[in-house]
Amino acid sequence: MTASQFPIGAGHIMVFARAIGDFNPVYHDVDQARESEVHGIIAPPTFVQASAQYDPDYPLRPQPGVPWFGSGRTPTGKPPNPEPATTTQGSGSERSGGTGLHAEQHYEYLRPVRPGEVLTLTLRPGRTWEKQGRRGGLLYFRETVIEYRGEDGELAVIARSVGVRTEQTVKD
Amino acid sequence: MPLSTSSIKVGTSHSAVVVDNLTRTQIVQYAGASGDFNPLHTDEVYATQVAGYPSVFAHGMLTMGMTGRMLTDYVGDGRLTQFGGRFTSQVWPGDTLTATATVTAVEVRDGVAVADFDVVTHNQTGVAVFTGSASARLD
Repeated sequence: MTASQFPIGAGHIMVFARAIGDFNPVYHDVDQARESEVHGIIAPPTFVQASAQYDPDYPLRPQPGVPWFGSGRTPTGKPPNPEPATTTQGSGSERSGGTGLHAEQHYEYLRPVRPGEVLTLTLRPGRTWEKQGRRGGLLYFRETVIEYRGEDGELAVIARSVGVRTEQTVKD
Repeated sequence: MPLSTSSIKVGTSHSAVVVDNLTRTQIVQYAGASGDFNPLHTDEVYATQVAGYPSVFAHGMLTMGMTGRMLTDYVGDGRLTQFGGRFTSQVWPGDTLTATATVTAVEVRDGVAVADFDVVTHNQTGVAVFTGSASARLD
């Protein structure tokens, strides 16, 4: 499951840009952005990753009524999930004994993303493959492609992510 | 200001420190903005006691986002046509990251001036934490 629509909010762009330490006014200042080359606020290049916020089943966000695997009264709120979660937005999640991590991310930009528009997402699974890891046993790779289209149906961004699942905790 | 074809050539390199002494708070800011609240990034108790890591660590996408800032500051707003790469090592609280773009091609494609870049981000010990590439439209 993934978000099917991603409404782009100016406030969301602002907090995302702050989080990556980018204080470029084109991400938050209406007047300066209007006078810039792009004639208005735009989203930073990796912003579409935040469409996870609109994924109703996103496994890396606490959900109402579902035990969360982070700490509370105890170091983890539930035993590790034996099944690999489908991390459609490409981020990692925990596994029994092993660790799922984001291995690669690639974007193609057809045009800037702007506040006020609603992007429609189309997800398609990509390739899967295995590789012997140097430190973590067998590595399982899975590729996911998400197309982000504007209200005119035209492509705005294509995101291709590769997730990797290992059999043991990765030691740096 | 956007880059122009006359200001760069193959081999031209640009670097920027994109974070100095990464804080756990910034990692949590990124969790809140991106929606990825994985306790490996946000919960020191879980990361150390359950998952067995020395501490929480940054989302790969935070590193890529910070690397993207170096690129957009360099090539200009709305100029990127492609940006991608691999997360090659983990990024920890306290890390200082330097992102570098090196020009690999400057040419006209379909009537548009374009530059390609190798992109790499290193931590304070010289380990590459992100390696990839980008392309941008030039003036």
